[in-house]
Amino acid sequence: MFDFLVNWLANVPTFALPYALAALGLIITEKAGVLSLGAEGFLLIGAMSGIGVLLGVGDYPLLALTVAALAAAALSLVYALLVVTLRVNQVIGGLALVFLAQGMTGVIATRAGWTSRPVDGLHTVPLGSLADIPVLGPILFQHDPLVFATVPLVALVAYVLDRTMFGLRLRAVGDGPDAADAAGIRVALTRYGAIALGSALVGLAGGYLSVGVAKIWVEGMSGGRGWIAVALVIFARWQPWRALGGALLFGGIEALIPRIAAIGVALPQYLVLMTPYLATLAVMIWICLRQDGRSLEPRALGVAHLREERR
Amino acid sequence: MGMALELLGVSKTFDGFQALAKADFAVESGEVHALLGENGAGKSTLMNVAAGLYRPDQGRIRVRGREVALTGPVEARRLGIGMVHQHYKLVKAFTAVENILLAQGAARYGAGLAEVEAAIRAQSEAVGFAVDLRRPVGSLSVAEQQRVEILKVLVAGAGILILDEPTAVLTDREAEALLTTMRALARKGAAVVLVTHKLGEVQRHADRVTVMRGGGIVASADPASLSAAELTTLVVGATANPVHCPATRIEGPVLAVEGLAGTRSDGLQTLYGLNLTIRAGEIYGLAGIGGNGQTELAEILMGVRRAGTGRIALAGDDVTGAGPKLRRARGLAAIPADRQVYGLAGDLSVAENYAVGGLASGRFGGWLRVDRAAIRAATEAAIAAFDIRGARSPRQKAGLLSGGNAQKLVIAREFAGRPRVVLAHSPARGLDVRATADIHRRLREARDAGAGVLLISEDLDEVMLMSDRIGVISRGRIVREFDAPADRQAIGAAMVHHA
Repeated sequence: MFDFLVNWLANVPTFALPYALAALGLIITEKAGVLSLGAEGFLLIGAMSGIGVLLGVGDYPLLALTVAALAAAALSLVYALLVVTLRVNQVIGGLALVFLAQGMTGVIATRAGWTSRPVDGLHTVPLGSLADIPVLGPILFQHDPLVFATVPLVALVAYVLDRTMFGLRLRAVGDGPDAADAAGIRVALTRYGAIALGSALVGLAGGYLSVGVAKIWVEGMSGGRGWIAVALVIFARWQPWRALGGALLFGGIEALIPRIAAIGVALPQYLVLMTPYLATLAVMIWICLRQDGRSLEPRALGVAHLREERR
Repeated sequence: MGMALELLGVSKTFDGFQALAKADFAVESGEVHALLGENGAGKSTLMNVAAGLYRPDQGRIRVRGREVALTGPVEARRLGIGMVHQHYKLVKAFTAVENILLAQGAARYGAGLAEVEAAIRAQSEAVGFAVDLRRPVGSLSVAEQQRVEILKVLVAGAGILILDEPTAVLTDREAEALLTTMRALARKGAAVVLVTHKLGEVQRHADRVTVMRGGGIVASADPASLSAAELTTLVVGATANPVHCPATRIEGPVLAVEGLAGTRSDGLQTLYGLNLTIRAGEIYGLAGIGGNGQTELAEILMGVRRAGTGRIALAGDDVTGAGPKLRRARGLAAIPADRQVYGLAGDLSVAENYAVGGLASGRFGGWLRVDRAAIRAATEAAIAAFDIRGARSPRQKAGLLSGGNAQKLVIAREFAGRPRVVLAHSPARGLDVRATADIHRRLREARDAGAGVLLISEDLDEVMLMSDRIGVISRGRIVREFDAPADRQAIGAAMVHHA
């Protein structure tokens, strides 16, 4: 039982990381007032381009992760063009992007022959004797570099959003674009930036799925994690630290399933897979029952900004 | 002192609607300058041009004698122009300090917060009012939010202050205090523009007044040199008396509203114990400046907004708690102000839009079956009877009809069931002369057939032309009633004096 617990906890970060990074990215985008349902698509683009670098360029996992982030950011500019400049409905734009990414990754990976080819991928950081500490070693010190970078990254995003002028402007654009506009902030430009930056993080999460975890590209390998990340952002009420907590919770549940099955306990796994969504529903209901609940949601989320609109 | 801000020959068009037509405006340093006019006269648009929010199609702008190109709000602020908007430009989730920091811009957040807080304290001492700096502005009262807006402008060092209807949301005491503060600021050398439609404010607090009507300037004068009557004439205009067709047979009341209270969607109370009686066979015109409770009254009467307190009786039956369906069954017909939103479903066909009003009658089939032939026949008859043009076939989308024809379709549907009460909210808004005349003729026909008609309109000419009795609504109450023929000046005065 003890070994089971240690083994489970040691695996939680790997499962939680994609959720944490994707949710962090979505928080940046949504804090600027842009709904981002395209997360699933950005995960796929990131996952495929990461493997593409490893197979096409060589065994440079950090380069692969960088390219994964950049590829998602590049694709997100198409989304930004749609919803910021052309003011397409953000729900429809996001869904369209998911389908576009699904098709695109399928075609490119098949044409390039990247499908189902194992790669070396990301390695554990050698921490010497720290990793050999019983119990704590496997749980805390036997991880790849991205796991170690995640907590500082969450801290950085939380700090930038809450404690810098850049963050103030970004939140203003998401909470009161008219007010931000009157204050001389370039609403469209800020939203473009937030979309690209946020999507880069989602792409990084996707790259981690293929380069860091699976070490292989399979079509549709994001497996709905983008949707869970969207739910996670609502669950976390757009707050980075809570998103990290939620990611650990959801990642923990996901890590539990194969281990429980392995020790022979019959558990309805689809029911367990449902828990993130159930938890999100519960949070949403709870928020609605509380009167002040909406205060954390960016007020202009999903609303296109048009200056000379007359009301 | 010298000219602070001059706008010369400014024109601005929105989607074909001319909001400003070669408007000239000038304000000197050290004066409180009132910009007076009815809703839609172009006051706010003109001042939004001055604040750099709207780009004029034509015209020049001079600040302190130098011609400038206002490329945006930042440039306007750099030139010392600060505007307090009617709808506050505040981020509701932010505190006052964060809001002002946002507008100020600073290199660093932490240092900026301290700096801005010190500047706010200095300014709020100078003008003599305080605001809570720690709470999100969304949780502050409207008057407090306005103070945040004013402080924002002052902290930015504005020498030209534009306040867009600042007293509309304030109590009398708050308004008086604000205007006294503005006067003090002007004495220190600021140029203050006070956009308003209240004559009292102009006469008590302004050094100069510029009057706008229909997007143009009609006068600029010293308010002390004009009587209230002269100002009223300038605001509402003096046009020839139109031909009025009086009612022929007025009978007992069909709509009685007693002590009606109601709130706007954002929670602000806009109706305060409104009393209103409409008799069969008359047109009752409800005049008033927009935003005095007309919209809420219309929505409550239609049954799409809940009444706070009070009673509504339709043809003798209490319908206060009833929904639209029951009210319609009792004989209410409604021509809503926004025909494309509440009047019609633009994506459905003309026939479907026409038939939806008669579904309950069983004329067009029952639960399971829709009698398409009956619908088409009835729609074609209505198209012919009401002269609806532009509908090539009953299957055409209703959204493709022009404004006048869309309104005719609404009226054809609403009048199909011989209504006892007709509620018409700005029925001719945006329509051309011929369509307007058609709509008015239909309303008169409904009246002569024995319906009681409530005509809510911000167009005083329309109210004068149509009504057998006229009520003036102000701040959620009927403040005066007139029998036709009424004196236009007296109605105009009631509209603006009580506002």
